[in-house]
Amino acid sequence: MAFDYEKYLRPGKLPHIWCPGCGHGIVMKGLIRAMDTLKLDMKNTAIVSGIGCASRLPGYIDCCTLHTAHGRAAAFATGVKMAKPEMNVILCGGDGDGTAIGGNHFIHACRRNIDMTYIIMNNYIYGMTGGQFSPCTPTGHKASTTPYGNPDPNFDIAKLAIGAGATFVARGTAFHANQIDKLIAEAIQHKGFSVVEILDDCPTTYGRRNKYKSVIEMMNRLKEVAVPVKAAEKMSAEQLKGKVLTGVLYKDDTKCDYTTEYAKVIERAQAK
Amino acid sequence: MAKKVEFLQGNEAAAHGAIYAGCNFFGGYPITPSTEVAEVMSIELPKIGGKFIQMEDEIGAMSACLGASLTGAKVLTSTSGPGLSLKQEIIGYGCIAEIPCVIFNVMRGGPSTGMPTGPSQSDVMCARWGTHGDHATIALMPASVQECYDMTAEAFSLSEKYRMPVHVLPDEIIAHMRERIEFREPGEIEITPRKAPTVPPEQYKPYDTSFGDVPPLANFGSGYKYHVTGLNKMQDGFPTTKAEIVQAEEERQVRKVSAKVDDIVTFEEYMLEDAEVVVVAYGSTSRSARYAVNVAREQGIKAGMFRIKTFWPFPDKQIKALAAKVKGFVIPEMNLGMCSIELERCAQGKVPVLGIFRVDGEPINPVQIVEKIKEVK
Repeated sequence: MAFDYEKYLRPGKLPHIWCPGCGHGIVMKGLIRAMDTLKLDMKNTAIVSGIGCASRLPGYIDCCTLHTAHGRAAAFATGVKMAKPEMNVILCGGDGDGTAIGGNHFIHACRRNIDMTYIIMNNYIYGMTGGQFSPCTPTGHKASTTPYGNPDPNFDIAKLAIGAGATFVARGTAFHANQIDKLIAEAIQHKGFSVVEILDDCPTTYGRRNKYKSVIEMMNRLKEVAVPVKAAEKMSAEQLKGKVLTGVLYKDDTKCDYTTEYAKVIERAQAK
Repeated sequence: MAKKVEFLQGNEAAAHGAIYAGCNFFGGYPITPSTEVAEVMSIELPKIGGKFIQMEDEIGAMSACLGASLTGAKVLTSTSGPGLSLKQEIIGYGCIAEIPCVIFNVMRGGPSTGMPTGPSQSDVMCARWGTHGDHATIALMPASVQECYDMTAEAFSLSEKYRMPVHVLPDEIIAHMRERIEFREPGEIEITPRKAPTVPPEQYKPYDTSFGDVPPLANFGSGYKYHVTGLNKMQDGFPTTKAEIVQAEEERQVRKVSAKVDDIVTFEEYMLEDAEVVVVAYGSTSRSARYAVNVAREQGIKAGMFRIKTFWPFPDKQIKALAAKVKGFVIPEMNLGMCSIELERCAQGKVPVLGIFRVDGEPINPVQIVEKIKEVK
């Protein structure tokens, strides 16, 4: 029997805003399957986002949804989780929202290791505003504000998250749809701050400026560059050139998550 | 039983007033001259099982507060001018999404870093207009340490009653001076709880105006699933660009305060019965004004004081009534004439408005005010 996505979707809110060929819908389906696998109580689940195409995702899902201001998802979500640690808190958004304007909140959510899952849909561009370069646009690539090629070096979101203290970091792609729900489910189950970067595509504002002739070509690129972590262990540096590792890239179960740590503060304060 | 009495700073008193009102979440960022609020909250909140979090910046602090508030927490943040500038973005979110919270903003000089340890009253317009777009504002103006306690507690009730961010705006003098204060007994200050939904979850709409201009707000995690956004929205919380809905919703969000001005506005009248010259004052400046009125009376001048306790919404009605019967207003303020603009608007040219404006970090002294009172002919 086909998977029933509709029971997780809000009636009457489709069609979504995403363009044909955009990978955000694939990610949303992956998230829904992950929530179904974990049998999450939707009344007790909050999805928090910032601004941008990817940040429109919460509106379609039937739970407590909070579409905040640009870049502020992690900060709002921190308030939700701190005040009600028993809630499942999932964040989602794009690369510009999460690593440029929201970069400070992002690294500090990683550092606190607060028990939330952040799904970052990385399509290397600000799509909603028409294709300006983001901190994740590869150097040399074209965007509406880098007509001569992007002079900026780009972030590696996974490395940024690991460096900042996130205790679970995974990467998937919109092409490898069947892996997305598994990565997200594992991230949600992890007790601590988890980051799932999904390499995505934006045919409308990124693909056409960077000589991708079709969505299929963009999807094929995701297929070609992705190398599972396990497979990469057997590959040489030469073979890994231009490739991107996928799967669970980092996991540390030894660190205490933030709300558990704060519960200890309450205990100490009340013992006095 | 004797009341608990202490000798506290305004900032410390505000923290205790917040806890009296049921505050159980504080999100902040260190900034002079408001830091003591955060310090006291970091001590007191965990004792009662509440949560204190120091965020990475002012925007994050404001955001965490609104996120916590949506779960039903009663939230406080404290800051000062440069922090208020940063918080504006999320204050606007609180206005449009209609999320209660209290902002205790200690006024220091500006613009920018200004004079971090000097007193000022120059955030009154920033508090009123400081976020883009149309929105209502409620701002309370304490003039004593006791009022820091009381008004912070009252601000929680106002924020829940009108479902919006509410400012408490002490100047640095009020925030840092020490006075005797009484801790309030339960019931002494009315604490208004959040209006909870009365409909089952499947019928709930977060902006359902069939319940009036202030719709009930369900807490995240209480069984109600709904959407919150900073976009213009419909009654069900989902975005819209439909002209008539956007217009109606924006008007409602301003009307919920403008239609209740008489319920919200508080003030103090001092020797106004026969006053010919009225000193309009607020915050620490009102303490010099009171002294100046006494001195003027001793010299045979019929002076009085109208003390603004609720700065926003502005006491238009009261000032207009005074303008119709007095010879003139004197307005001492630690800025270059912000309240003066409002007074002139209300006076409508009927009587002169004489200002004493100081932005040098020094308080306005009674002698200056007496001299100005004498200028009103």
